[in-house]
Amino acid sequence: MLEIEHLSVAVHGKLILDDLSLSVKAGEVAAIMGPNGSGKSTLSYIIAGKPDYEVTSGQVRLEGEDLLKLDPTERALRGVFLAFQYPIEIPGVTTMTFLKTALNAGRRARGESDLTTPEFMRRVREASQLLKIDQEMLRRPLNVGFSGGEKKRLEILQMALIQPRLAVMDETDSGLDIDALRIVAEGVNRLRDPARGFLIITHYQRLLEHIRPDVVHVMARGRIVASGGPELALELERKGYRQFEEEAA
Amino acid sequence: MTAHFAERSIAEAALAREFEATRGLSRSPRRAAAFSRFLEQGLPTRRNESWHYTDLRAAMRDAAPLAPAPDVETIEAARQILQARKPIGVGRLVLVNGAVVTELCQRFPESVVFNREAPPSADIDDAMVALNEAMSSDAGTLRVSDGAALSDPVEIIHLIVGERAQATYSRLAITVGVGAKADFIEDYVGATPGVQRNASTVLTLAEKAKVKHVVMLDDKADLHIESQVAELAARAELNAFALVAGGALTRRQLFVRLAGEQATIALGGLALVDGARRADTTLQVNHKAAGGTSREWYRAIVDDDGVGVFQGKVIVEKAAQKTDGAMKSQAILLSPQAQMNAKPELEIFADDVACGHGATIGSLDPEQLFYLQARGIPRAEAESILLEAFGGEAIDRIDDQRLIEPLRAALGAWLATGRGKATSMRTLK
Repeated sequence: MLEIEHLSVAVHGKLILDDLSLSVKAGEVAAIMGPNGSGKSTLSYIIAGKPDYEVTSGQVRLEGEDLLKLDPTERALRGVFLAFQYPIEIPGVTTMTFLKTALNAGRRARGESDLTTPEFMRRVREASQLLKIDQEMLRRPLNVGFSGGEKKRLEILQMALIQPRLAVMDETDSGLDIDALRIVAEGVNRLRDPARGFLIITHYQRLLEHIRPDVVHVMARGRIVASGGPELALELERKGYRQFEEEAA
Repeated sequence: MTAHFAERSIAEAALAREFEATRGLSRSPRRAAAFSRFLEQGLPTRRNESWHYTDLRAAMRDAAPLAPAPDVETIEAARQILQARKPIGVGRLVLVNGAVVTELCQRFPESVVFNREAPPSADIDDAMVALNEAMSSDAGTLRVSDGAALSDPVEIIHLIVGERAQATYSRLAITVGVGAKADFIEDYVGATPGVQRNASTVLTLAEKAKVKHVVMLDDKADLHIESQVAELAARAELNAFALVAGGALTRRQLFVRLAGEQATIALGGLALVDGARRADTTLQVNHKAAGGTSREWYRAIVDDDGVGVFQGKVIVEKAAQKTDGAMKSQAILLSPQAQMNAKPELEIFADDVACGHGATIGSLDPEQLFYLQARGIPRAEAESILLEAFGGEAIDRIDDQRLIEPLRAALGAWLATGRGKATSMRTLK
């Protein structure tokens, strides 16, 4: 589904991703673990199309299509979803309005008509109940004044409504207490599907106790330095990242 | 004086000829005095501090001929235009080409009375205020009686009829009695290029009066100069907002005095500037008594070659202890040529006050744009959403759905038409 080949990326002239190759298959939950500064977030931004990163070489393809040629909107409409590590606050836009606009943008791109308000409300109510999101929260401006946990749950709500093909989750566990972590993980697990791929970026192993990955990749100094099954995550938890950082150096 | 005369610009000379030739004006000693005050100063230039960013003398190449008093045909045309408008309040005051036309007005509630009483001569040192007083052939006062509570806003329509070069002058007083509660919406409509408008509104709030006042400007006058004078007695509250979405050169100048103790004002505005337009808001707030609160919150969206100006001066006089003041000017620039000039100022002569001001000028936030795009929302729509939010937040401060609705509609229309075109052109490059 997602193929990344020999990707090198610079920010302000500094190499952040260095000849990175990675693939995520349909139906697969792949985890990327790595220390701070290893380039994990950069990788998620490159997939989603954030401007101001310079791809110096390599390719990123989704179902064979070159993602790097597409703007962020087009990538989203092809099925890429990024759950942000730090969801952006947008004052003056209510969360509900935003959700409706996003859902209908996808529908329009597929040649479908906009959702009726009752149908939209029904979907939001159902999905938000599962994530224990208060309806009152959805009437507030997008992410403004939300707690860390509320922001992350809202990211999962968006994902549940949009139903992407590839979900990239950037440190979704950061800033979550254990209850919120469980709710978020259950939300992700409900979306697991043979046609959908997940790329879960995390610093700690604890998220992977709740979302069991099929594959674990270790990232250090801008490249994948080891890949394995779920047991790799446990090994990392015990031994730390040091051995991999040394290998990458 | 002779020297002044020799240096008169074409527009100043035309104004002088017009004033002399219009006997109804020049025979009035009060107007004559006002006109000589105007001539002493002449059209404002950059040398005049409060006009620093708008050189009117240079911009106003000539003076358009004075609009005649509306005749039967003009009034009929106005009636047609007004019929298409849904009334939004209790009572409607209609001015056509600067003159109040009573037969087009709609009934006011008993507590509101209109008469032809001229507003008091404003002791404001400004050439364009003086010119307004000199050239307005008509004037009137809208009076809300003590203790009245109006259920809906009073609508004041400043309509211009006739697609020709013409200068219109209007002069209106709004006086709100003790403890009365009233809202007003002034709508400037119908002007086509060639129109030079000079309007003045004097708001007087008696003790504990509570007023919301909205101005909408969405037509195509070459020149729109509007002076808003407000005086608040003790514990009076004024929440005033203006949307500037049209006009080649607009200048809104506000002169606000918190004369009584514990008076409160919230002044706000949103300027939407595209093409080669220029929108100037300049205000002066004087805290003259203790315990006053003032909030000024102005936003602008400037596109193309547009120029926005915000000058705000808050003066806290010695007697105005415990004043609480905050002023903010925020602008979003959408093109490399777009310009915003912001100059907030404080002059504090009292020692126990809490006052602050700030100004920001920036572009749309790329992080917010990326977030919206990452959810499949097209770039142009994402920009519109952010601009609508930015403008909408300013509008919402008027905190009354009946007043917010027409303002939000005008913002939406501006985003959908003028600016939408400019954006997609840039994106194509």
